Amino acid sequence: MHAEPIGFKAKAQAAFAGLESEPGVRKPDPILVVDKVVRRFGGLTAVDVDHVEIQRGSITALIGPNGAGKTTFFNQLTGFDTADAGEWTFNGARLNGVPAHKVARRGMVRTFQLTKALSKLTVLENMRLGAQGQKGENFFRAFVQSIWRGQEDAITERAEQLLERFKLDKKRDDFAGSLSGGQRKLLEMARALMVEPELVMLDEPMAGVNPALTQSLLGHVKDLRDQGMTVLFVEHDMDMVRDISDWVIVMAQGAVIAEGPPDTIMSDSRVIDAYLGAHHDAPLSQEEAELQLQAAEAELEEEAGIEHAEPTEPNEPAEPAEPAAASEEKKEASA
Amino acid sequence: MDWLTILVTTVEAAVGVETVVYALAALGVNIQFGYSGLLNFGQAAFLGVAGYGLAVIVSTFGLPFWLGIVVGLASVVVFAFLLGVPTLKLRADYLAIVTIAAAEIVRLIFRSVAFKDVFGGSDGRRAFSGTFYDMNPFPPGQYGIGPFGFSERVLWVLVLGWFLVGISCLAIYLLMKSPWGRVLKAIREDEDAVRSLGKNVFSYKMQALILGGVVGCFGGFVYALAFASVQPDVFGTELTFYAYTIVILGGAARVFGPVLGASIFWVLLVLVGNTLSEAVSAGYITFMTTTQVGPVRFMLVGLGLILLLVFRPQGIFGDKREIALDAR
Ligand SMILES: Nc1ncnc2c1ncn2[C@@H]1O[C@H](COP(=O)(O)OP(=O)(O)OP(=O)(O)O)[C@@H](O)[C@H]1O
Ligand SMILES: [Mg+2]
Repeated sequence: MHAEPIGFKAKAQAAFAGLESEPGVRKPDPILVVDKVVRRFGGLTAVDVDHVEIQRGSITALIGPNGAGKTTFFNQLTGFDTADAGEWTFNGARLNGVPAHKVARRGMVRTFQLTKALSKLTVLENMRLGAQGQKGENFFRAFVQSIWRGQEDAITERAEQLLERFKLDKKRDDFAGSLSGGQRKLLEMARALMVEPELVMLDEPMAGVNPALTQSLLGHVKDLRDQGMTVLFVEHDMDMVRDISDWVIVMAQGAVIAEGPPDTIMSDSRVIDAYLGAHHDAPLSQEEAELQLQAAEAELEEEAGIEHAEPTEPNEPAEPAEPAAASEEKKEASA
Repeated sequence: MDWLTILVTTVEAAVGVETVVYALAALGVNIQFGYSGLLNFGQAAFLGVAGYGLAVIVSTFGLPFWLGIVVGLASVVVFAFLLGVPTLKLRADYLAIVTIAAAEIVRLIFRSVAFKDVFGGSDGRRAFSGTFYDMNPFPPGQYGIGPFGFSERVLWVLVLGWFLVGISCLAIYLLMKSPWGRVLKAIREDEDAVRSLGKNVFSYKMQALILGGVVGCFGGFVYALAFASVQPDVFGTELTFYAYTIVILGGAARVFGPVLGASIFWVLLVLVGNTLSEAVSAGYITFMTTTQVGPVRFMLVGLGLILLLVFRPQGIFGDKREIALDAR
């Protein structure tokens, strides 16, 4: 399964070597630099990110409990919403205040958590739409087929290759609206790649995709990195995050609370607090946190009917295999 | 009962002036609503602005006919732009509200006492079509086959009208199979998705609004010239609603849908209306007077359209598979 050329992963991860696991830590070669972005909805501060950098050529995961502000953060960065404050640069150029379509043209393309398939267009037409700089999209040139025919053929060829990679080639001529939920996710991701972005921002790309296909898609995401693209993705499945990401950023209650390599991030005390204490307004004291963790575990055991479970210390986990457990606890705690 | 008259009027309605006017109005609505999802409920005003542009330039100011055409077209483009700038960034419903209100404002300005010197109040304007009929290549006479026929004036209007319908259809056909048309259809489905793919949605919507307005405004010119007059109340909201009916009848987002829809719509109206009034005058129908026939034919045609929507929601030319998608 993991037959990927180890070189790329190692190279991507080397960039992060020696970085501190502090929120807002400087990266050697950031493609996206975000400063003091704030978005409030009435009294609720959905996003309040002080400083964060995304390393070029890497796969960065953005995780956090439900309602942490991940999607809202994406919306600010990509121009789909107007931040109350903040600045961010992409490839060194300022991007705040830039409308969504121009953000995409600059090479930063996002997908949506709730998929947006263009229902009454065929799958192939959906794909073709993603291509940039199309001559036939100009009103006057549209009349003269000979101007855009050649480009359209090239676009179609590229679209077909991508569809094949995403196992949608058989659906080529079907309406996108007739696809299943998972297939729509795939189409949306493939369509975003038609833009040929430098940075792709995927909002829960694998939600609803079956495990076998997820595996092959993870491979494609790694390919993207190996081709020099930067990937930022939101995901709740910790196994997947650990499998493909080079770096993990954790959000809770709108703020970036921790960053770090995937192997150790879930054992970070701030992360555990965030997942378990996300529904408290005041930060938990050490004791409270421990009590709550024990209560959650007790409940878990009860449900699973396990006789003996190893009590895990919240702050000093027995082994770095914590994330899976933590993500289960998260579900429990939020129930 | 005079079946021949009924037959003749019905056949003539299939290609008549009203059919041309409504086909053009509906072709414009189809670009906006059918392809781009823009709810322009002010299509009547686009026809009115064009018709009045021509009429006012020629009859009020005594300027040349062709200048009238140019001013009419330019006013339509400006009008579309003014409507679009504040509304196209908002949700679809706002455009609907603003356009229907704007169309009424335009109509009320046309018929206002304050501007009677310019627009002629509720009488409207006449005496501006001289140049147009001077260009008529058909010598005076009756043209047609057997009982069907038109005078040289009507024929001239129809030839030009159907020519406009033809080139509009050709343009729509070419545009909608191009990448430009693809962007419009995508905007109809989901604007945000289109934005995320680097397309300037606002600009495309504006282009669609203007193009639909221009195609529709040809209908305004045809009307004004065919009847050699414009009155404000011709361009009321019913005109817009008939245009929508025609689009849905023919099948939205189909190139020829509005043309066929307009033909069928007028054939039905004329056939039902004339049959009823013949039946009333011949004494077959006793519970109705001839003056009641007018409203009743609209009721019957409305009923027919309801049945059509129930049994064939995609319209005559529509694709059933597309309707099925809406249920998902
Ligand atoms: N348009 C809005 N109006 C009001 N509140 C909003 C709006 N959008 C988001 N929020 C609030 O902002 C917070 C962050 O929401 P967001 O969708 O960004 O969470 P998320 O991290 O993406 O969660 P999930 O993992 O469930 O997708 C939530 O509390 C949400 O209720
Ligand atoms: Mg989200």
